Amino acid sequence: MKAPAFKYHAPRSVAEAVALMGSLDNARVLAGGQSLMPMMNLRVAAPDHLVDLGRIAELARIEADDEGLWIGAMTSQRAVERSDVVAQACPLLAEAIAHVGHQQTRNRGTVGGSLCHLDPGAELPVVASALDAELEIAGPGGLRRLKFHDFAADYLTSTLAADEILVRLRAPRQAAREGSAFLEFNRRPADFAIVSVATRLRLDGAGAIVSAAIAVGGASFKPLRLGEIEAALVGKAPDEATLAQAGEAAAATPCDGDELYPADYRQDLLGTLVRRALTRAALRAGAQTHV
Amino acid sequence: MFDAHDITLTVNGAEVRARVDARSNLADFLRHHLRLTGTHVGCEHGVCGACTVLVDGASARSCLMLAVQADGRRIETIEGVARDGELHPIQAALSRHHGLQCGYCTPGVVMTLIELERDRQGRVLGEDEIRAALSGNLCRCTGYQGMVDAALELWGANTE
Amino acid sequence: MTQTPDDRNPAAEPHLRWIGRNAPRVEDGVLLRGGAIFLDDIDAPDALEATFVRSPVAHGLIRAIDMSAARALPGVHGVYAFADLRAILTGDRIPLALPAGGLRFDVDPPCLAIDEVCYVGEPVVLVAATSRRIAEDAAALVVLDIEPLPAVVDPAEGLAEGAPKARLDTPDNLVAHTKVDYGDVEGAFAGAAHVIEAEFRLNKGGGHPMEPRGVLARYDAMEERLTVWNSTQMPHRAKAMLVASLGLSEHQVRVATPEVGGGFGTKAVFHPEELAIPAAAMLLRRPLKWVEDRFESFTASIGERDQIWTVAAAFEADGRLRGIRGRLRYDHGAATPYGIALPFNAATNLIGPYVLPAYRVLIDLCMTNKTPAAPTRGAGRPQGTFVMERLLDRAALDLHIARDEIRRRNMITPAQMPYTIPVKQRDGSMMVYDSGDYPECQRRALEAAGWDDFPERQAQARREGRRIGLGLANYVEATGRGPFESVGISIGPSGKVVVTSGATAQGQGVKTMLAQVVGDVLGLEPASIHVIVGDTSATAAGLGAYASRQAVTAGNAAHAAATLLVKKAREATAALLETSVDDLEIHNGVIQVKGVPGHGRSLTQIARALAGTPGFALPGNLAPGLSASNDFMTSGLSYTNGCHLAEVEVDPDTGGVKLNRYVVVHDCGRMINPMMVEGQILGGVVHGIGMTLFEWMRYDSEGQPLTVTFADYLLPTSDVVPRIEIHHLESPTPLNPLGVKGAAESGTIGAPATIVSGVEDALRDLDIRIDKLPITPAELRRLIRAARAAPPSPGSAP
Repeated sequence: MKAPAFKYHAPRSVAEAVALMGSLDNARVLAGGQSLMPMMNLRVAAPDHLVDLGRIAELARIEADDEGLWIGAMTSQRAVERSDVVAQACPLLAEAIAHVGHQQTRNRGTVGGSLCHLDPGAELPVVASALDAELEIAGPGGLRRLKFHDFAADYLTSTLAADEILVRLRAPRQAAREGSAFLEFNRRPADFAIVSVATRLRLDGAGAIVSAAIAVGGASFKPLRLGEIEAALVGKAPDEATLAQAGEAAAATPCDGDELYPADYRQDLLGTLVRRALTRAALRAGAQTHV
Repeated sequence: MFDAHDITLTVNGAEVRARVDARSNLADFLRHHLRLTGTHVGCEHGVCGACTVLVDGASARSCLMLAVQADGRRIETIEGVARDGELHPIQAALSRHHGLQCGYCTPGVVMTLIELERDRQGRVLGEDEIRAALSGNLCRCTGYQGMVDAALELWGANTE
Repeated sequence: MTQTPDDRNPAAEPHLRWIGRNAPRVEDGVLLRGGAIFLDDIDAPDALEATFVRSPVAHGLIRAIDMSAARALPGVHGVYAFADLRAILTGDRIPLALPAGGLRFDVDPPCLAIDEVCYVGEPVVLVAATSRRIAEDAAALVVLDIEPLPAVVDPAEGLAEGAPKARLDTPDNLVAHTKVDYGDVEGAFAGAAHVIEAEFRLNKGGGHPMEPRGVLARYDAMEERLTVWNSTQMPHRAKAMLVASLGLSEHQVRVATPEVGGGFGTKAVFHPEELAIPAAAMLLRRPLKWVEDRFESFTASIGERDQIWTVAAAFEADGRLRGIRGRLRYDHGAATPYGIALPFNAATNLIGPYVLPAYRVLIDLCMTNKTPAAPTRGAGRPQGTFVMERLLDRAALDLHIARDEIRRRNMITPAQMPYTIPVKQRDGSMMVYDSGDYPECQRRALEAAGWDDFPERQAQARREGRRIGLGLANYVEATGRGPFESVGISIGPSGKVVVTSGATAQGQGVKTMLAQVVGDVLGLEPASIHVIVGDTSATAAGLGAYASRQAVTAGNAAHAAATLLVKKAREATAALLETSVDDLEIHNGVIQVKGVPGHGRSLTQIARALAGTPGFALPGNLAPGLSASNDFMTSGLSYTNGCHLAEVEVDPDTGGVKLNRYVVVHDCGRMINPMMVEGQILGGVVHGIGMTLFEWMRYDSEGQPLTVTFADYLLPTSDVVPRIEIHHLESPTPLNPLGVKGAAESGTIGAPATIVSGVEDALRDLDIRIDKLPITPAELRRLIRAARAAPPSPGSAP
């Protein structure tokens, strides 16, 4: 099927893009197009206007400072994958990005596009959740910042207003004695995840857990943080029993299910993947105990 | 509604100027406007990889890109791969290893492998890496083995 | 006589210069360069483009269709419902019916729905416009008023008392009831030492060629001639359907295939669009093109569906089969485009390479509100083989016999060949296995896969925390189905050798295969021979691609035609040189005096002489022209066989299955081009992997298809497919002069049974039994959890 008719706009600045989004009815932002274009080619999406952010150079930068990274919303997934800066400052993102689609779609697909599309099987929203990432958003009133969890609203829906665009993502720099891991389960490696897990563990000098973050995808319409399990880990050594217990607790997370991957199966997967991801993260954090 | 845009791009090294409807995707533009029908359309959902072309050197699904987005870009398609009548080494290796049967997915496969060759920058590639690189190109005929063997012959161990 | 290619002594067969060799494919160059012309690549600037408005519901009655807004859209040239096309059709329905014995009634489809829609995707309205996108814009403006009716989705429910009808124009849903029945089944079970009962639900999906279907029709009103380019496996049948449906005569219709991007059965059946497009083109007086998009392909193209088997097997204490009985219910979709081939193939292929003394399976075909079912690669056989191989694995476990040994004890031996099974086939003949060495095939496969030391490797892996298993399956395939295929060879004054055939090409390398056979006889390079296939104007009679048949039928026809052509060339040369035919031989395309290179006439020279000169006699008073043709008529089916082994790894915590290794030992008689045979096996195995682990055409309870993109319907990708090792045996069939058997579908047949055998082996201590295809990780994980929760059964290992 061919895309229905629309009018195409290619603003050259964020201000111009915001102005267009504010003035046009039934307009959609075109980022990398790797999700929107298939929907249009199936005629399940039929915007009257497409506002292509691909000509705004400032949106496609990766910048680093002492605290972390600023990743422009239009940065291609492939650029993140290939970035030494990202690999060094935010290995969780680097690990997850390789799971996003195929190289042909990562070449075009963008970080911001994936975050705004919020597919429940997508990897980047889960990473953003685990990172407690902040998002910078441009609107008619200027820039505002938002925690990722206040951004993800509903199935395929963010809290962006119709006249706002995502500008960039703030990812914190991985701390000393911190380890992270991203794991997902799917039928074929490049598919959307049935269940995915992004974890971060930070240890103190004695090897006990100082802080933990566990974000899971595929359990619900948006990424979930397993806050209680995170809290229970703090102060403990990341030994096998502790991490297995965390996995068991994760398997009690209520999940949405469907005929092909029922809720109890997703819960089961969550338990396994959380245990495995925490184990990997602990080793990467330099855990001395046998895990 | 015809939302007309004038675009200028290079296709296989030659400059092309055209007026396109905004909703025309790059695959349809190449195939029906420029009559470069070697780029095939297998799904229009960005999954099968038959329509893979290179955009500024990077592989892309041409069904998921608008022609107007190609303005100012450098597009490479299967028609530009063989030079002076000679098959590119990738094409020749695919034939030697029976890496094609019906040939419908083949142009996309060749473009993917060209990107892989450029990206590897002389590195030896293993079978897993080659299989991962080809995983975005669906083929129903070959079971992929001939394609993998072609790439291994060119870039695998014991061939440097 | 079974041999491996390595055993063959080339010196003993000096004439075989091309047959048996990996000749480079003549197809490759243009495909690699992107220059091949597939259906949508045909340059037809004056053509309009079509799309279809399709039924959005599985079952309903059309109350009204409002096409006014669509017709008013600029760029739209025609919007047609069935009534608009009816005037130029000879009847309401396309006369597809095959003479199948068990059918209680035929359900031929119309080219557009008349008043009842019976599956989601059934074409209802055709829209023709200046471009596809405008046609789709217009299609969105067509308003269908359809009164929904209850849908039949599950075949078991559809056959139950009081079920709603899938079609109102049929007496009930039981479209066919037939059986395969021989031997003393009651006696077999009465005296059995052990009986196994099982129920299987086996899904198989579509062919899913990478190029979907497509049709371009052009009607020349002055010449009253219809030309149809069709991405089909069977252009001659398509022509016959058009002749019958449009009331034209044969000389008025040409159907030609451009390059075809895969078929796998999908393009064998004549679909409604293949009539609707030519009919609309005749009304429009404009060329009209329709290219199926992928979304349409999932709902409008035939595919296979669920087989439900309820089966029992009776064994001797030593593992020998006494008999099998059961019932097969099949989901046949909403029409009968291909008779009962699918369940019949399944039921008969169950027997496989084994001695089965008594067998009875009752077959019930249920009409459902789904896209009609018809064969895709394997054509029902993988399911039948699956059932037999599962029964053998289970008997082996129960009777404490090794899985390879129970098979060995049941196998038909070479001494028993030809082996007759008292089952009547489509053509009325008995099933006869012509040749093959099944025990040797399995022996080599076990050896290649390291069967004997696998338990050691399995134990070692287990110590490393990995669960691996080795699966095993044997199968046969009836190939080379008749009744005939045609080949013509002609050499004109240009000297170019032109081969024409009713065979058709969708990637198999048919042109290379024919050029190799002809080149072999004529002593010419295959690349120098021009082959035309799939064009009704080039070949008057032909059948095309189905049932792994073209190397058998067209290959032998090419061999016979080339031999006839050489005979005529020798006779002409004898006249020209005033010598005896017996003194002449053909060498590198030259008929020469034996042992005197250079003293002779080239085929080009002979062709010129036979073209005739005004007023002069033809050499030797031979008939004009250097040409010959042959219709090879089959005398029976030739049985290909194989043994597959797969090493699988199961992650019991996720239900994930990974294939580590795959071994095939394959016997399709003499191979014309081993590289291309292996290509067929590789593609076939991967199709079977898809059927086992990935592909599943799913519908909801209302009959709405749930898997309509390649993101939802999963094809195997390069990163989930293992390296596949292939070894060959060659048991030439006595049924044709070349000794060849078919190879196109065989790879698919063995794969599901093999992989599932491996999965069960990896989980042996849990006693997991897999009864459904495909295996999803959720379902496997459910079985594992259930097994772990259950108390250990007395027989199972700790």
